[in-house]
Amino acid sequence: MSEQTPSPAPKKTSKHRGRKATLLVLLIGVAIGILFWGGFNTAMEATNQEAFCISCHEMEVNVYEEYTDTIHYTNRTGVRATCPDCHVPKDWVHKFVRKIQATNELYHHFKGAVDTPAKFEAERFRLAQNVWRTMKETDSRECRNCHEFDSMDYTKQESRSAEGHQDAEEAGLTCIDCHKGIAHSLPMQYDPEKDAPGKSIFYTQQD
Amino acid sequence: MKRSITALLLALLVPAAAALTAGIATGQQVESLRGHAVTDASDNALNKQTMAVPGGFAVGWEEQPPMIPHPIDKYSIDLRQNGCLKCHSPSTNEANNAPVVAESHFYDRDGQKLDHLAPRRYFCTQCHAPQAGAMPLVENVFGDR
Repeated sequence: MSEQTPSPAPKKTSKHRGRKATLLVLLIGVAIGILFWGGFNTAMEATNQEAFCISCHEMEVNVYEEYTDTIHYTNRTGVRATCPDCHVPKDWVHKFVRKIQATNELYHHFKGAVDTPAKFEAERFRLAQNVWRTMKETDSRECRNCHEFDSMDYTKQESRSAEGHQDAEEAGLTCIDCHKGIAHSLPMQYDPEKDAPGKSIFYTQQD
Repeated sequence: MKRSITALLLALLVPAAAALTAGIATGQQVESLRGHAVTDASDNALNKQTMAVPGGFAVGWEEQPPMIPHPIDKYSIDLRQNGCLKCHSPSTNEANNAPVVAESHFYDRDGQKLDHLAPRRYFCTQCHAPQAGAMPLVENVFGDR
C-alpha cells in the first residue's frame, strides 16, 4: 500500500493548454498594449511641438511672429520656451484634458474662424482672456514649469524686480498678474491702467 | 584792377571753401566731447547697457523731464497701449511702487484738466530717456529743484 506506482507524467489536459494559451494571449496583449501606448504617446507628443503648432497658418503669421521678438524666443543663454511649454501642461492628466479641449481649436481652424488678420484681431481679446483666466486659476502652472519664486536670486535682479517679486509672493499673486503680454501682442482692448496686480478686470470681463 | 582783385579773392576763397566742405562731408573734422569722430562707431559708450539706479538720477536743469532709472527694453509704447502706464498710472503706481505721472501730464493743450493722460503726452520717451552706463563728461552742479 505504501508503495505506489509512479504516477504517469501529467497529461496535457485541455485545462492546462487553456491556461497556457491564456497566458500567451495575455503576454501578447501586454506587448501590444505597450506598443499602442507608446504610439499614442508619440502621436500626442508630435502635436506638442512648436513646428506642429505653427503648421496652422493663423498661428504662424500672428502669434508666432510676435513671439519672435520676445525673450522667450531668443536671449543671452539660448534657453527657450516654445508653444507647448507655456500653453500645454506638463503633467499627464492636465495635458490630456488640454489636448481634448484642443479639438475645439481644430474645429475652429477648419471652420476658418481666425484665418485672416482681421478675424484674428477681432478674437484676440477673447482668446487672450481665456489664457489669462486659465493661468490665474492654475497659479500660472506653465510658468512655474521653469520659474519659481523660491529659486529666484534677488541679488541678481533689479531692485524693482526683487521688491516686486517678494511683494507678489506675499500678496499671493501669480506670474500672469504682472507679466501679461510677455510673448504675444496685447489686445487693443487691454488697458494697463485697469490691470493693477490683484485688481485686474481682465479675468472676468468678456466684451 | 578790379578783375585782378576778384581773381585773387577767388583764388584764395575757393580752395578754402572746397577744403572746408570736404572736411564737413567726411565728418573727420567734427569730434564729439568724448574725443571720437562723430561718424566713428567704435566709441563703446554707445553700446553700454542702460542702467538701473534705484532712487533715480539728479536732474540737470529746472524743467528737465526726469531720466528713467531703469532699462526699458522690454516695454513698448505702441498703438495698442502705453507700457509705461502699467506701473506709472494713478491706478497702478501704488501696487508697483513707482512714481506717478506728473500733474502736468493730465492737461490738454487748451489747459483743460482731463481724467486720463493727455494724448499729447502719450509718447513718454520723446522726453524721458534711460541712461547708459557711461561716465558723465561734465559734472552736474544743478542740485535739487
